[in-house]
Amino acid sequence: MTASSEPGAFLPKAERRGLGRILADVLAKPARDPFALAGLSIYLVFVLVALFADQFATHDPLQILFQPNGRLARNLPPGETYWLGTTHSGRDIYSQLVYGARAALIVGVTAAMVVVAIGTLIGLLSGYFGGWVDAVLMRVADTALSIPFLPFVIVLTAFLKPSVWNVVLAVAILLWPNTARVIRSQVLTIRERGYVEAARVTGAGHGRILFVHVAPNILPLSFLYGSIAIGWAILTEAAVSFLGFGDPRTVSWGYMLQDAFTSQALSRGSWHWFVPPGLCIVVVVVAGFFLTRGYEEVLFPKLRD
Amino acid sequence: MAFLGRRLLHSLFVLWAVVTILFLMFRLMPGNPLAAYINETMTEDQQEAMLRQFGLDRPLWEQYLIYIGNLLSGELGLSFHQRKPVWDILMAAFPNSIVLTVTGLSLAYVFGVVVGAFLAWKRGTWIEGIGVPLVLTTRAAPEFWVGMLLLAVFSFGLGWFPAGGANSAGAFYDSELERFLSLDFLRHLTLPALTLALYLQGLPLLLMRSTMLEVMHEDFVTMARMKGLSEWRIVIRHAARNALLPVVTAFALGLGLAMGGNVVVETVFSWPGLGRLLVGAVSSSDYPLAQGAFLLISGVFVVMNLVADLAYTALDPRVSHDRVK
Repeated sequence: MTASSEPGAFLPKAERRGLGRILADVLAKPARDPFALAGLSIYLVFVLVALFADQFATHDPLQILFQPNGRLARNLPPGETYWLGTTHSGRDIYSQLVYGARAALIVGVTAAMVVVAIGTLIGLLSGYFGGWVDAVLMRVADTALSIPFLPFVIVLTAFLKPSVWNVVLAVAILLWPNTARVIRSQVLTIRERGYVEAARVTGAGHGRILFVHVAPNILPLSFLYGSIAIGWAILTEAAVSFLGFGDPRTVSWGYMLQDAFTSQALSRGSWHWFVPPGLCIVVVVVAGFFLTRGYEEVLFPKLRD
Repeated sequence: MAFLGRRLLHSLFVLWAVVTILFLMFRLMPGNPLAAYINETMTEDQQEAMLRQFGLDRPLWEQYLIYIGNLLSGELGLSFHQRKPVWDILMAAFPNSIVLTVTGLSLAYVFGVVVGAFLAWKRGTWIEGIGVPLVLTTRAAPEFWVGMLLLAVFSFGLGWFPAGGANSAGAFYDSELERFLSLDFLRHLTLPALTLALYLQGLPLLLMRSTMLEVMHEDFVTMARMKGLSEWRIVIRHAARNALLPVVTAFALGLGLAMGGNVVVETVFSWPGLGRLLVGAVSSSDYPLAQGAFLLISGVFVVMNLVADLAYTALDPRVSHDRVK
């Protein structure tokens, strides 16, 4: 079947704000906005470190290290061998920091993908079909938003074995409503546009209208909410690990902070231990904020005042 | 009125959903379903009493009805570890949580409203250029890490504040009120409240800033300008007063949010509140206590959401929920 024989395919595309246009704006954005540029650069470094963690690390993050004289290398200050010093149990802090980036990337990206997938699908169905479908889905969304976030994650981990996936699951369960609501309201306006109406008149089915004509227009919005979810997921993982419900085999920044906190790093004044993981979290999450703030303007030019 | 009824119904529905999800989670848990209420260290008699009280030997739907009935009469079972009714333990921790939350939230609001109005006034200047990213940065900082930094500096470093708890060991007071007003309690409260305030100030600040920006374009502000009033007077007397409305109504929302969010703050500062109770109960598999603590936190959350919505409708006649939907 050629493209022109499909119902609705001959319609002019001028009415849509083409994906190409948006993509061009997205690429041009960092050049004009210093904060978006900073956010993008931080993300690049973060992803590179996460991908090549084994290259960047100087030691195995969980290996218990010994000094040449045979003594346990515990609580050492930063130095030549151990760049950021060692933990109370004799592990290399710098290497843990590097591997922490990998844990953060995995949690952040998977959670964001799940949030985007569920949120977009629900938002599309709810906005497009309206009626009882809309009523039921939005009631479920309201309910999910009315549950206190962190306590729920904690109770959930009480039943599932501690693992990174609990965090992903919990973030997905509790964050999709935000995305779904925004997508829904966007679909409500797109649904009334001329080209959607025209596609309907020419006999396009619901599936085709939804995924060929409506969905592409809201995809940028989904990605925006996805990137916000990355930051949330990283913060949630950190909090859950800090409370001691994280995966004990995964070295994350939250795990490092919990280790430092319970090993009295505060009273010992081991700044080199408990400052870097927190800083990393702040930098990565704020980079996401800067990026999304910049892109909100690209995606919704009306927001500019 | 129709809105009030619908909103109340929704809150009840959410509470019912939370309760039901909890019920299913505890029953469908792998292993012994009785584990939610009974553990081996209880005496034979205690186990027997629990079985009967919670109907754990009946079919699932009957258990569910008994469970709802027990909840309605405030019966939450016995804590595994403290051997006391869950309700009593919760009520002992609840005031501590409320005091911490209200103090932190109030600080956050005073700071957020003032700085938010200031940033709106300075729109387009370098102050705004630095201020807004700075606020975003504080929002990105994990609360527990901020708490750790404050502890390291002011408690372990300078020794100005105690490192944890709500009262010094051995302190004794005639009444709760006297305890809350004691200098010792305030010294313990300072760091956790500051941590919570820093985490919460972003919402009122950004909200205040954006409503201020909206209000500054309204006719009555233009009018005030035309009357030749000073810029300061316009900002304080005319714009800020009107911009405050949505910010004030978001206070209740913030209270609910904070009740969930201060779980980590309470843990860092060993603050004897609900959040710490929940964390402790979950890590020691004290299921009745964990369930009770979660229910109470959820209850506060739902009620505060309701209050925020109602306050918003009541205070701003322009908001009409019956028209929007």
